[in-house]
Amino acid sequence: MRKNTFLRVGLVLTALVVGFIVLGLFWTPYSPNAMDFSRLLPPSAAHPMGTDKFGRDILSRVMVGAGDTLLIALGTVAIGTVVGTLIGALTGWYGGWVDELLMRLNDALASFPSILILLVLVSLLGGGREHMTLALGIVFIPSYARIVRSEFARARTQNYVHSAELMGASTARILFVHILPNIWHTLVSAITIGFNNAVLAEAAMSYLSIGVSPDEASLGYMLSESQSMLDSAPWYALGTGAVIVLLILGVSLIGEGLQRGEN
Amino acid sequence: MNKRILTLFLSLTLLLSLAACGSKDTNATDARRDANEIVVGIAQDLENSLDPYTSVTAANREVLFNVFEGLVKPDADGNLIPAVAERWEISDDQLTYTFHLRPGVKFHDGSEVTAMDVAWSIDKAMQSGSWKALDNIDAVNIGDTFVSVVLKAADSDFLSYMTLAIIPEEYDYGADPVGTGPFRYVSRAAQQNLVLERFADYWGEGAKVDKVTYQIYENAEALVLALKSGAVDICAHLTATQANQLTESFNILEGTMNLVQAVYLNHAYEPLANETVRKALCYALDREQVFDVVADGHGTAVGSSMYPNFRKYFLPELADLYPHDTEKAKAMLAEAGYPNGFDLTITVPSNYQPHMDTAQVVAEQLRAIGVNVTIDPVEWASWLENVYSGRRYQATVVGVDASTLTARAMLERFTSTASNNFTNYSNAEYDEAFAAAIRATTDEEATAQYLRCEEILAETAANVYIQDLADLVAVRKGLSGYRFYPLYAIDLSTVTYT
Repeated sequence: MRKNTFLRVGLVLTALVVGFIVLGLFWTPYSPNAMDFSRLLPPSAAHPMGTDKFGRDILSRVMVGAGDTLLIALGTVAIGTVVGTLIGALTGWYGGWVDELLMRLNDALASFPSILILLVLVSLLGGGREHMTLALGIVFIPSYARIVRSEFARARTQNYVHSAELMGASTARILFVHILPNIWHTLVSAITIGFNNAVLAEAAMSYLSIGVSPDEASLGYMLSESQSMLDSAPWYALGTGAVIVLLILGVSLIGEGLQRGEN
Repeated sequence: MNKRILTLFLSLTLLLSLAACGSKDTNATDARRDANEIVVGIAQDLENSLDPYTSVTAANREVLFNVFEGLVKPDADGNLIPAVAERWEISDDQLTYTFHLRPGVKFHDGSEVTAMDVAWSIDKAMQSGSWKALDNIDAVNIGDTFVSVVLKAADSDFLSYMTLAIIPEEYDYGADPVGTGPFRYVSRAAQQNLVLERFADYWGEGAKVDKVTYQIYENAEALVLALKSGAVDICAHLTATQANQLTESFNILEGTMNLVQAVYLNHAYEPLANETVRKALCYALDREQVFDVVADGHGTAVGSSMYPNFRKYFLPELADLYPHDTEKAKAMLAEAGYPNGFDLTITVPSNYQPHMDTAQVVAEQLRAIGVNVTIDPVEWASWLENVYSGRRYQATVVGVDASTLTARAMLERFTSTASNNFTNYSNAEYDEAFAAAIRATTDEEATAQYLRCEEILAETAANVYIQDLADLVAVRKGLSGYRFYPLYAIDLSTVTYT
């Protein structure tokens, strides 16, 4: 019962937020960059989230910015999961020097603060959405690799794997057809947590104006801009922040619900 | 369970610390009042060298204004008043300037200013290469209490150059700066602060506050939060949005920044070498919108490299040369061979919020005519190195000021051989007019030629000239005496607690 509540609320919330964001990919009430309106208008029917200091519609910018955030977070999780799973599967399965080599590289990557690696990657690759996704994705690989590795190492000794081996299944088949589906619950919670971390990491990066152009609609940059106007234009920070919070809350609830269902 | 308590505790801590950001630290401001000291917020680190002769940035000059003085110095009305020199005489042929030193003027190291020091300072400035106008000096003769400077040719602006800092003979550039100004240099921490102290032996009225700390905030949001929290007492060059956050504990004064803000164009970048393209960019500009965003509608339109406080040199009509007309701009761009626009990266020093905001508004206006604009915010040090010195940029939004109150200071940088010609502007007619202005023997003739220079800059659309920015200065309530100068300077000697 509890599982259903978590899952249900999570799904509804996520559906709403994602629906709102996907809508923003195709349509916004106004052009997100048009400086057509009075500056710092409080929320009204015409501008549900008010306008910013340039007279741009905040709702439109939030929709576009959240779209970027969502795409970057999805891309990040995709890179992290796919590459991380591959590395984890190989190292966990084969062990030996492959394991040593890849996991030490992994450790090396994980031993630096992620923000530092991001800074280096962004300065190497340059700004922009694709590069940001790639940079975040690379930073996310170690955590996935580690989780997946331990699952594969454990699965190796289990009977269903031995049976598959005896039946003559190829290694690739054992890894991805037999073992992978058996560890999906671990992966799913890693993905939901990873997704949320990716959303926050993207927002944090653009908050620090790293890899983002100031006139681009981006949630993090908008939050940093709104920070000094908390007294006079609180709607700026609230509207922008609310979207991040709701998106993360929804996905967290889904993850929580799924996990409880497993137990 | 424990985890939940921890989470709750952490969230509470976070909330409390956020709340603390908003609250005002009145203890700190009271403590400063009791100690008679102030903190001035500045948006950029200073140059590595505090050498008064080679400072290229307005930001440096703004601070050093309080430490160094010349034989003469500018007052708030733009007149030159006696400083280290008590009085001076100019010979009938306008070639010999005799400065009588004020008796008892002391350097910050305690030694008295001698005629030797003055001659040495002038020589140092000449050698620095940054003061080309001084090449006109034929000889510097000294007596016990006077210095006389002999010129090769008459120069009506000459007195303005005598604002150059007087420093002790055999001045050690590696050590702390030593001048004769109302404040004495105490210490400096790179990217953090610079501390000045009242100079007790100042010849004049002297400073009112005992200590000034320039605190560096290269992040605009951090600067506003610092002002709000009570960590900073005075901060100039704010945008309207920033200033509006501060009205509770600050008086907001409005002056002008005394600089020419423009989208400076690198003429070495292919599309911008084309005059028609540059004109199209000028037509695309809507100044009113910039004024609205940056300073609630305040600002003075400028159409060439000269700002209004220069009075006789300023031509307000040049700002009307390219009235805002998006359609015309598009047509001109097409005519120039760029019907689909071109890529343009505008590099902006991110620590200057007025320039950042302006860049965003202008970028949108340029996009309206099809130019594909990218804004590249960079740190101040990187701007100085890559844009100003290295000339590796396409366009930049920044303000250019005058080091002395002469037209030359605003116009020389656009001559094709000038070492600080960071726009790579090259125009034979301009070079000629400028040379004629320098050669001119009468003030009228020189003025006419300088005005011609300004017209050429405007007519050839050298840059997209925008405005002399309104200077919004936040001064903590309880402080008074802040004065605006016709130069980019903040005189802290008159600031006092009431």
